[in-house]
Amino acid sequence: MADTTEVPAGEAGGTQLDEARQGVVDTLTDALGDAVLGSHVQPGHGSWLRVDRSAWTAAAEAAKYQLGCTFFEFLSAIDWAPSPWGRYEDAALEGAAPSLPEGPFETGYAGGDTRFQVVCRLANVRRHEEAHLNVVLKADVPDDDLRIASLVPLFSGASWHERECWEMFGITFEGHPGLRHIYLPSGFEGNPLRKDFPLLARLVKPWPGIVDVEPMPDEPPSGDGRTEEVAE
Amino acid sequence: MTVTERQQLAYVDAQAAEGRVNVELETDEGMVINLGPQHPATHGTLRITAKLDGEQVVWADVVPGYMHRGYEKLTEVRTYPQITTLVNRIDWLGSFANEVPFILAAERLMEIEAPPRARHIRTILFEMARIANIVLFLGDLGVQLGAVTPAFYAFRDREHVLDQIEAVTGGRFHPNFDRIGGLRDDLPKGWVADTKAVMARIRDFCDEVEALLFGNEIFQARTRGVGVIPPEVALSYGLTGANLRATGVDWDLRRDGDVGLAHREVDWRVWTHPDGDSFARCWVRLQETREATGIVDQLCDGLPGGPIMAKVPRIIKVPAGEAYVATENPLGVTGYYLVSKGDLGPFRVKIRSASFSNVSIVPWLLRGVYVPDIITILASLYFILGDIDR
Repeated sequence: MADTTEVPAGEAGGTQLDEARQGVVDTLTDALGDAVLGSHVQPGHGSWLRVDRSAWTAAAEAAKYQLGCTFFEFLSAIDWAPSPWGRYEDAALEGAAPSLPEGPFETGYAGGDTRFQVVCRLANVRRHEEAHLNVVLKADVPDDDLRIASLVPLFSGASWHERECWEMFGITFEGHPGLRHIYLPSGFEGNPLRKDFPLLARLVKPWPGIVDVEPMPDEPPSGDGRTEEVAE
Repeated sequence: MTVTERQQLAYVDAQAAEGRVNVELETDEGMVINLGPQHPATHGTLRITAKLDGEQVVWADVVPGYMHRGYEKLTEVRTYPQITTLVNRIDWLGSFANEVPFILAAERLMEIEAPPRARHIRTILFEMARIANIVLFLGDLGVQLGAVTPAFYAFRDREHVLDQIEAVTGGRFHPNFDRIGGLRDDLPKGWVADTKAVMARIRDFCDEVEALLFGNEIFQARTRGVGVIPPEVALSYGLTGANLRATGVDWDLRRDGDVGLAHREVDWRVWTHPDGDSFARCWVRLQETREATGIVDQLCDGLPGGPIMAKVPRIIKVPAGEAYVATENPLGVTGYYLVSKGDLGPFRVKIRSASFSNVSIVPWLLRGVYVPDIITILASLYFILGDIDR
């Protein structure tokens, strides 16, 4: 009654699969033409493709129907601005909110021109010989017009991910059937995963770990106890 | 247009029409009932709103977020070694399994690999986390249907697994044991023999549950043909784990993935079921628990020697880059999209948790079912609240 398959011996992967990963980029570039703005292949692991946001749905559609990436893995966004609040949890969070540094910001694989970037990963789960063929799609969303097309008509599972992304980053997904809060209360103001949104818990109460870095009586005071914290 | 496409479009229409969550009683068109957030049958603080027409659900909506802890934000202010403490608490019944993909993602960017012994012990603990998690599911399943006995057996036998995890890691629920480059410690003396005895007990437990529950006429009547998910819909919603394999999709990251765990070095099989109903989901999990005990046994037999920690710098800085690592966790695919800028801590971590996607199908799945089946369908989907809300 159960349909089972033997586990293949040895490592699945190798150079053949990397050609397939480059093929993922080539197929999508053929399908989308000028809309492809950048690409990246991580040997042995995956492909990245940055498209113009006008081709966002077309890119997902090509991945779904031409590459067989029918499995919707996740959708989210990245705020590439460095946090003005300091990098670590013991950074002081007193006084007025510091202003966000000016762009352009340093971005990741396949490049980027804007502060916000929407990221979506689709995977093919049907072909065992090319198991784990997948693509990470990226699209830039300009600050003054935070809108992008919704993927719900293609992948029903995108609904919750887009709702989360909307409330956490403030990016609107056009065509989403009901863009409303999923985690936060409905009257919540602000977009918590933006880098300029402070970690509210630290505004209320300083990180208690700070006391741990006070110097011992016999030791000379050190400016930064962090090296002790990260030592394993 | 196929039936499933029509159903999906109908769902989209319903979502658009019911954009708000209505908690009022609407007696003229039917009744809206609330399950949760504190209803005993919802595994925690998940709220389900369902509009009824008689005994049938017209539409249902899920309201998560009562346990949202903002881990994605918190990871941005912590250093890499501190983050395992956080991610332990995502799926709290299979904690160790949450640490593994995060550590593997950091290792991929640092281009270091754990020594063979560490990889084996990681895989053993990974599978034991699965057993501890799914054993509780198998016991809890009976409770949802009015059979209390299996729950006691489950708690009894899970305790032995937790004892073994505690003996290695020092923590029953939150081991915080995985490190970039290896593991914190080696196995204690005599642990392997004890573990194999526990695995034999778990196999006995699986036989007991199979006899008590799966062969039970009431259980079959309540689960067979109920909550059927077709494979295309499952993939479109991003369902993973046993929920996906119960629809006939033969996909398991332990076999098909690209990560460095030791699953490919032992002999086991991926179980699927063609039906896609509640029974299939439960049945696949039962078989996977058995299979996991076999994996642990074989890994214990072939445990290589050598160090348990690779050479890593004293202060861990992960080079700039992006990596997505996902593993086949007890609840399904859990992955971390890690963005590093070469700092002591990550720049951004997107946590792809299994239950979030698994539960997003609930509004689609509950349309047209009868009220008592809501509970069995939710139970068979099997989610952990921490894994939905993160």
